[in-house]
Amino acid sequence: MERIPILKMGDFLLVTIQVDLYDQLAENLESDLINTISKHSSKGVLIDISAVSIIDSFMGRILGNIAVMSKIMDAQTVVVGMQPAVAITLVELGLSLNGVISALNVEKGMDLLRSKMHVSDNEEQDYDDDNE
Amino acid sequence: MTTITNSKEEALIVREQDVVPLRNRVKDYGVKIGMSILNQTKLITATSELVRNLLKYGGGGKVIIESVSNGRDNGVRVTFIDNGPGIADISLAMRDGYSTGKSLGLGLPGTKRLVNEFEIKSELGNGTTVTITKWKNG
Amino acid sequence: MQNNFLGGLKEHENKLLTIWSQLLIESGSDDGAVEEEESKEFASLFLSALTNLNGKFQDSPEFEKVEDLIIGISSSRGKRGFSPRENAQYLTTFKQAASQILSELITDPEQLFQANLQLNAILDNMTIMTFEAFMRGREDVISRQVDEISEISTPVITVWEGIVALPIIGTLDSSRTQIVMENLLQQIVDTGSSIAILDISGVPAVDSLVAQHLIKTVSATRLMGAECIISGIRPEIAQTVVHLGIDLTGIITKASLASALKTAFDMLQLTVVKRKQV
Repeated sequence: MERIPILKMGDFLLVTIQVDLYDQLAENLESDLINTISKHSSKGVLIDISAVSIIDSFMGRILGNIAVMSKIMDAQTVVVGMQPAVAITLVELGLSLNGVISALNVEKGMDLLRSKMHVSDNEEQDYDDDNE
Repeated sequence: MTTITNSKEEALIVREQDVVPLRNRVKDYGVKIGMSILNQTKLITATSELVRNLLKYGGGGKVIIESVSNGRDNGVRVTFIDNGPGIADISLAMRDGYSTGKSLGLGLPGTKRLVNEFEIKSELGNGTTVTITKWKNG
Repeated sequence: MQNNFLGGLKEHENKLLTIWSQLLIESGSDDGAVEEEESKEFASLFLSALTNLNGKFQDSPEFEKVEDLIIGISSSRGKRGFSPRENAQYLTTFKQAASQILSELITDPEQLFQANLQLNAILDNMTIMTFEAFMRGREDVISRQVDEISEISTPVITVWEGIVALPIIGTLDSSRTQIVMENLLQQIVDTGSSIAILDISGVPAVDSLVAQHLIKTVSATRLMGAECIISGIRPEIAQTVVHLGIDLTGIITKASLASALKTAFDMLQLTVVKRKQV
C-alpha cells in the first residue's frame, strides 16, 4: 500500500507530496500524520506541494482537513512551495483554503512555524507571570 | 465560425483510479497544441472537478476529449456524460455557494471560470452532460 | 462550350505577364512583383486551371491550389507592409490584363461579354479572398505587437532583498491581469521574495472589475505564502472604491510606493537608520 513518507525535523514534521493524491492515499496521509503528531508531540507540520501541479477542490479539502486536525492536536500546518499556476487557478476556482497558512519554501515555512511557537510560548509566560 | 474536431478519443470513467489517467490525457492534448502552463493547469483542474462530479453524483460515465479549432485558435474540448440522477435545477447549481454534496459548495460556477466555453445539459432521471472548451490563447 | 473562351488565355501567358507588369507600373504599385517567381507561378497555375475548367470553378481542385497560392502571396504582402490598395491592385490589374487579351481573342460581342462575366466571377471571388488573407496577415502583426507591449508594460523590479515592485501602467483588463499575475508570481518564486508591491498610480481608472482583478492578484500572492501591498491609490480611486461599494478589507493599501516600501520594511523587521555624523 502506497503511503506518503513523513519526516521528523525536530519539533516539526515534513511531508513532501510528489504524487497525485487519490481517496485511499489521502485518507492514509491524514491518519498517518495525526498519529505521528501525537507520537512526537510535534508542534508543526510542513506540507511541501512544490511538485503538485494540480490542486482541485478534493485536494483543497484534504489540505484543509489536515490543517484542522493538526490544530486540534496543537500543531500548526504550513503549506509551502505552491506553484504560481496553481495559485492563480485556485483563486479563479474560488477555493480559499481556509485554515491553511502558506510560505514560499520549506525554510521560510520553518521560520514561520518557529515564530508562531514563540508567540504561544510568550503567551504562556505572561499567563504564568500574571498568576504569580 | 464553426468548430471542427481534429482528433478525438473516449474514456470510460468507472472508479476513482480513472481520474488521474484522464487528467494526463487531457494534459497531453493541451501540450500538443502548445497551451501555456497556466491554461493547461486551468483546463486540467476543471477536468478534475467535473470528472469527480461524474463519479460522485453520476455514478460513473464516459468522457470525450477532442482537439478542436475554430479558424482563429486551437483548443481542447472535454465532454462529460453520465446517466445518473441528473440535476433538478441547473440555475441553482450554477450559483456560487450552492452545494448538495459535502463539497465546499463551489463546483460548477468556479469550474466555469476556468474555461472559455461551458455547456451543461441535465434532466432529472436522465443524466447530465457537461462540455467545456479551453482555447490555446483563451 | 463556354469554357473555351477563358481556356484560350493560357497560350498568351507571357503576353499577359507583360501587360500585367505594365499595368502595375502605371498604377504606381509595381515593386517588381510580376518578376517574382510566385507571381509567375500564380499566373501559370491560374491559366492552366482555366483551360481545364469544367463547370463551377469553386469545385475545381486546381482552383483550390490557385486560391491557396494567392492567399499565401497576399498574406505575406500584408505582413511586408503593402497597402490595402496595392494588395487589391495585384489582382485587379491581372484581371485587366486578362480582359485585354480576351478582347483580342474573341470577336463575337456576346461571347466576349460571357467570357468577361466568367472572368469577373472568378477573379472577384479571388480578390475577396486576398483581402481576407491580407487582413489576417496584418492582424497577426498587431497581435504580436500587443503581446510585446503587454510584456514591456509589466516589468517586475526587485527593490530590496525579498521585496519586488510591479508598477502597472495603463488599463488593467482581464487578459492583462493574467499576464501581471503570472509575471509577479513567477518573479516571487524566482527571487524568493516575500513581499510584492503592486503600484497602480499608472492605472487610469479603477472600477469593480479592475478591483476584482487586483483582489485576485493579492489572493494568489497570499496563497503562495507572500504578501501583496497595493500602492499608488489616488484620491479619486479611493472615492470610486467606496461609492461602488467595493470591499477592500484585508487588502493592504498605501498612497505611495514610498510608504508601501516602508511598510514592507516593517514587515521584514528592517529599519532604515541614518549614519552618525563623525
